[in-house]
Amino acid sequence: METKTVKTHHVPVRYFEGGKGEPLVFLHGAGGITAEDPFLAELAKKYHVFAPLLPGYGDSEECGELREMLDITLHTWDAVEALGLKDPILVGHSMGGMIAAEMAAITPNDVSRLGLICPAGLWLDDHPIPDIFAMLPYELPAVLFHDVEAGTALMTAGVALDDPEWLKGFLVQNARQMGMAGKILFPVPDRGLSQRLYRVKAKTVLVWGDGDKLIVPAYAHAWKKAINGAELVSIPEAGHLMTLEKPEHVAKAISKLG
Amino acid sequence: MKFTWFNLMPWPYLPDDFREKHRSVWVDIDSRLFDPAKANEVYNSYMDMLEYAGTMGFDGIGVNEHHQNGYGIMPSPNIIAAGLARRTSDVGLVVLGNSIALYNPPVRVAEEFAMLDCISGGRLVAGFPVGTSMDTNYCYGQIPALTREKYQEAHDLIRRAWSDPDPFAWNGRYNKLRHVNIWPRPIQDPPPIHIPGGGSVETYDFCIDNTYSYSYLSFSGYIRAKALMQGYWDRVAERNAPDESPYRAGFAQTICVADTDEEAERLYSEHVSYFYNRCLHVYGGFADAPGYRTIKTIQTGALSQYAPPIDGYSQLTWKDLTEQGHVIAGSPETVRQRMEDLIKGLNVGNIFCLMHVGNMPMDKCMHSTKLFAEKVMPHLRDMFPDYKDDNRFWCKPLKKQAKPGSLPAEKEVAALVGGKD
Repeated sequence: METKTVKTHHVPVRYFEGGKGEPLVFLHGAGGITAEDPFLAELAKKYHVFAPLLPGYGDSEECGELREMLDITLHTWDAVEALGLKDPILVGHSMGGMIAAEMAAITPNDVSRLGLICPAGLWLDDHPIPDIFAMLPYELPAVLFHDVEAGTALMTAGVALDDPEWLKGFLVQNARQMGMAGKILFPVPDRGLSQRLYRVKAKTVLVWGDGDKLIVPAYAHAWKKAINGAELVSIPEAGHLMTLEKPEHVAKAISKLG
Repeated sequence: MKFTWFNLMPWPYLPDDFREKHRSVWVDIDSRLFDPAKANEVYNSYMDMLEYAGTMGFDGIGVNEHHQNGYGIMPSPNIIAAGLARRTSDVGLVVLGNSIALYNPPVRVAEEFAMLDCISGGRLVAGFPVGTSMDTNYCYGQIPALTREKYQEAHDLIRRAWSDPDPFAWNGRYNKLRHVNIWPRPIQDPPPIHIPGGGSVETYDFCIDNTYSYSYLSFSGYIRAKALMQGYWDRVAERNAPDESPYRAGFAQTICVADTDEEAERLYSEHVSYFYNRCLHVYGGFADAPGYRTIKTIQTGALSQYAPPIDGYSQLTWKDLTEQGHVIAGSPETVRQRMEDLIKGLNVGNIFCLMHVGNMPMDKCMHSTKLFAEKVMPHLRDMFPDYKDDNRFWCKPLKKQAKPGSLPAEKEVAALVGGKD
């Protein structure tokens, strides 16, 4: 994956680009994404992948002007347009799925293929989503991974809690990224999407891990019900971060979009 | 010097095994630990204590706002202050403060503070905290990254609501109001404003530029506060403030006075331990919602520099707590010396005296309060002779105040219509 920057109305947007094939835009989740992400590599085997970072993620510039769901949705459309793409395959994971679904609901004629990987954005009172904003880093693997031990190893690689500079860097990154995510996910990740999903016209594939403990599979059924004709693909032995745990399975599910 | 007797209003019945059995005193504290019938006694005795302090020569009595919190059962400080306004006279009512980003619309704060100022005859000292992340984000659901912008707008709206004599329209990002025209208006124009802060440069500048007093409300004591307060005074100089009046700053300090140092330990150590072990047992996940602090604040290293001790407070003994200055305790002479160190070291003119600690019973609290008021405070009055007339940061009560109990006798009422009652 190459790291590039494109200008938009608000701020320059960082994005990763790679692969050949039909253009596919991938929107990352609240944890962010790197150029080495195994799922991007998997997608790039079949598609021409563009993965823009939400402002504040990675080394990208923050944007105070983006405050709410509509701002972020339109900004992401601005980024797609700035990349010179028209009706790309639109795929999003978790928070990115929420943004992708919102884009498809607001401008249904501009999205014909939509891939939603355990998206955020709905709320079921019987299945309250754990508050990731109130979790300490060591508590996260248990809700994010099916294989908690492997997930913990993945998340703690490079961690140096006793190094004040590392810690400061971590806190800054966390404030930039999760501060941005909080604008649409805090304190309850519902910004009214359920009232708008009826508008989605895209052929839609939903991908859910059977072992998702953050947004449990009950949500998969709520999404399937809300989007006309959506197909649901379940991935066994996969948690919420299944793009890391089962990248090839998730990519295969997405390939149903063509 | 301005001394305010301050009460956090801790719940005094947290069980001995609170730390072990419960993850947090704040946000998701077990509601079954709260007993409303006991709260009847708790609230009333705390208000009695504040009223008592109001007769002992303190300049102010102080209350604050917390939510879902076992060491601060005062979600609405204005309710307590209203009660105090009626049963005290002369003493300042320090409401430190209302978390203005949480009120919808924030003109509610302009109105309630105006009511308090009118009822008390101009005795209000107003506080505008951003609010802790626990209160503001986790309990009251404000989006962390937008909290400060919302706070700023609330501040601007309240100030204008107090000062603009005509109705005005407010087209804010967070508040749309076509007819702002509050009734009543405050006696003071405006009431003095104190801003609690935790070391961010933005808050330093906000206080300096608006002539507000910067309050550092820490439980870690004056020794650990030096770096933070020095940062403030450096900024005061850099920003060319017209003076370095110590009343530009305030500091909260836990204080326990007894006849001797040994007696202080015997009388108060269990209550201090209750406070530092049970009351400050806050789950780390609620400490700081990402986006609540500005990037600039994190980058200055403020968080680690001013943070509580690495292992928390629970391991600290009475000796640690007093020697490291978390608590100033001992005989009147010991306390006087340490208070002098605090006042000079931090250059602060406003002291918020945390004299009720944890589960301290009222008799001990009265004892400590009386000793401080009679044997310590008088010796600390003239620490800053150059600024003795600086009244910008304190309330200016009416010379002649209305008192409760002003109704005419029933006989006089009956006489109005020439009848018998």
